[in-house]
Amino acid sequence: MELLRFLTSGSVDDGKSTLIGRMLFDSRSLLQDQIEAVEKSSLKKGDDFFNLALLTDGLKAEREQGITIDVAYKYFSTPKRKFIIADTPGHIQYTRNMVTGASTANLMIILVDARAGIIEQTRRHSIIASLMAIPHLVVCVNKMDLVNWSQETFETICEDFRKFSAKLNIRDISFIPVSALKGDNVVNKSENLPWYEGRSLLHHLEEVYIESDINLQSPRFPVQYVIRPESQEHPDYRAYAGSIASGIFRKGQKVMVLPAGFETEIEGIDVYNGEIDEAFAPMSVAIRLKDNLDISRGDFLVDAGAAPETTQDITANICWMSSSKLKAGATFLLQQNSRRVKVRISEIVYKTDISTLEDISGVEELAMNDIGLVKIRAASAVIADDYRKNRFTGGFILIDEGTNLTSGAGFMRF
Amino acid sequence: MKSYHLDYLDALEAEAIYILRETAAQFDNPALLFSGGKDSILLVHLALKAFRPGKFPFPLVHIDTGHNFQEALDYRDNLVNRIGERLIVRKVQDSIDQGRVKEETGKHASRNALQTVTLLDAIAELKFDACIGGARRDEEKARAKERIFSVRDEFGQWEPRLQRPELWNLFNGKIQKGENVRVFPISNFTELDVWRYIERENIELPKLYFSHERNVFSRDGLWYPDSEYIYRDADETVEKKTVRFRTVGDMTCTAAVLSHADNVSTIIDEIITAQTTERGSRIDDKRSEAAMEERKRGGYF
Repeated sequence: MELLRFLTSGSVDDGKSTLIGRMLFDSRSLLQDQIEAVEKSSLKKGDDFFNLALLTDGLKAEREQGITIDVAYKYFSTPKRKFIIADTPGHIQYTRNMVTGASTANLMIILVDARAGIIEQTRRHSIIASLMAIPHLVVCVNKMDLVNWSQETFETICEDFRKFSAKLNIRDISFIPVSALKGDNVVNKSENLPWYEGRSLLHHLEEVYIESDINLQSPRFPVQYVIRPESQEHPDYRAYAGSIASGIFRKGQKVMVLPAGFETEIEGIDVYNGEIDEAFAPMSVAIRLKDNLDISRGDFLVDAGAAPETTQDITANICWMSSSKLKAGATFLLQQNSRRVKVRISEIVYKTDISTLEDISGVEELAMNDIGLVKIRAASAVIADDYRKNRFTGGFILIDEGTNLTSGAGFMRF
Repeated sequence: MKSYHLDYLDALEAEAIYILRETAAQFDNPALLFSGGKDSILLVHLALKAFRPGKFPFPLVHIDTGHNFQEALDYRDNLVNRIGERLIVRKVQDSIDQGRVKEETGKHASRNALQTVTLLDAIAELKFDACIGGARRDEEKARAKERIFSVRDEFGQWEPRLQRPELWNLFNGKIQKGENVRVFPISNFTELDVWRYIERENIELPKLYFSHERNVFSRDGLWYPDSEYIYRDADETVEKKTVRFRTVGDMTCTAAVLSHADNVSTIIDEIITAQTTERGSRIDDKRSEAAMEERKRGGYF
């Protein structure tokens, strides 16, 4: 059974929480006490219906205000797959939360109100999906019951979306007409939409091909922790533990240690139950090397024949997440996987208007939830991986050394 | 062609091992909070996978309410012996004797809330900068919002609105002196995943989890174990029933369920067809809708 992580974006008005509630309810992922708790809250709020949206709001403030503030994770499974939903708020002031939920997602669901069609929020969410390199996008045209289940309305929205998304970097887009409130095409195929020949949303989530979502081409192993027991039983054991970020590593493979650049060979790959001949992303393993070299946390093992560049000069898209603004000259700790280096922002190249995709140059600063392009100078080298090719080494966070807060997320461009 | 795609249990395991190693690498003095329940037993198993043939880079710490099931204590001591790791115990009773907390009285008295004080005192005394816990996001809706590296202020408090964004697998464990981080490696496991993993890995559990005969009494639709620690009204009569525990914690906050499931595979069948969630038998959560959120804000696990 495979694991699929997906993200739902949108606001209460689009029926996002209702859609998730419907998916959990109709796939029988809810239990009696959860249903009772929702009934109790529905009554207390004065709703005269079973408010599926109440299932997903976790914090007291969210339930009181009827909004989603932060990412909530929900779990359900069918015999085919286990699903992790990152339920994220859709409003522009929560872009950073959406970016957070999107970072690990295989797939994103974008909800479109059939009555309203493609609106600014739809464009914004699609742009974020593209920036975050989410492999699969599902456009759910919701509230089909309110447009008389009209095929024409649905087709027009699909056409509009295709036109707009042509310039985005999303390789797989599907369109599904649904009514989250009535349950049509969410889990079960709808009889009200006989002209629609595709799959229901859940069926699509079960079937969408995700095996190629992981980069298996470029071997990257960030050293996370060194295992050295120095015990009587294992006096000389030394292995480099970590999770393979991308690609496949094999026993006997020639590897290069970055950024130092020296070469060696994999002597063995250890897991708890013994040795294995090969390991691939995202397995957690411990790698032993032929030569005794000076290697520690933050170094990367890569394939010696296809080593990436390293660089101190980085160009990256940034999603700013802190309430204090980002300006040129500011210094941070950049964390790329296990590697942390001190950096200075040398230039803010432009800010992207995430509603129109227009790049605005000449800006002095990026505020919270802004997305832009910056140039960064690092005190020591980082691995130069393009985010679009390798999400788990091309992405980084910026840590403010004064407050220790995670202040921004970056996506390297080379 | 060979498939290079992990099964979901392997993916969850890989993530948990990664988080444990990240904790060891980012902190000077971490600890693994061990309650004797299945989730913390799972953590110990995952720590073996993360660090062997080396030793654990942290001790196990048990915050002992004094109201434990004897089976759970025996299990704990055997486990520690078998794996040869360090165990530190801090007792709620000592916090009561020192006047740090006041014992609750009455019918619903429990030491569940008092644990928080003992835990925070232990963190201060032993100078832990990170505490690894077995909480899962499917347990409860406040937990569904909590980060994997959850920063607590110098009073141990969780502030849900000021959480650090967590992107990809990048965890930021940088803190000021006095703050500490709660780390949740099995956040993405569900109850069913835990049991399926226990089955696959053949992990031994305390007998309490499997059906057995026990003296219990019924209150508010739950079966409470008959114990000197739990106040019982005159009209609450003790009966012998075949039960098991879905969660094992402090005796005063853990109710039994009627069950004939006596091995892991029948337990999995039971969970798949269950009508209530695991925490439905947790008395501590029944206090209010925001019970968990409030306890977490106060410094609870």
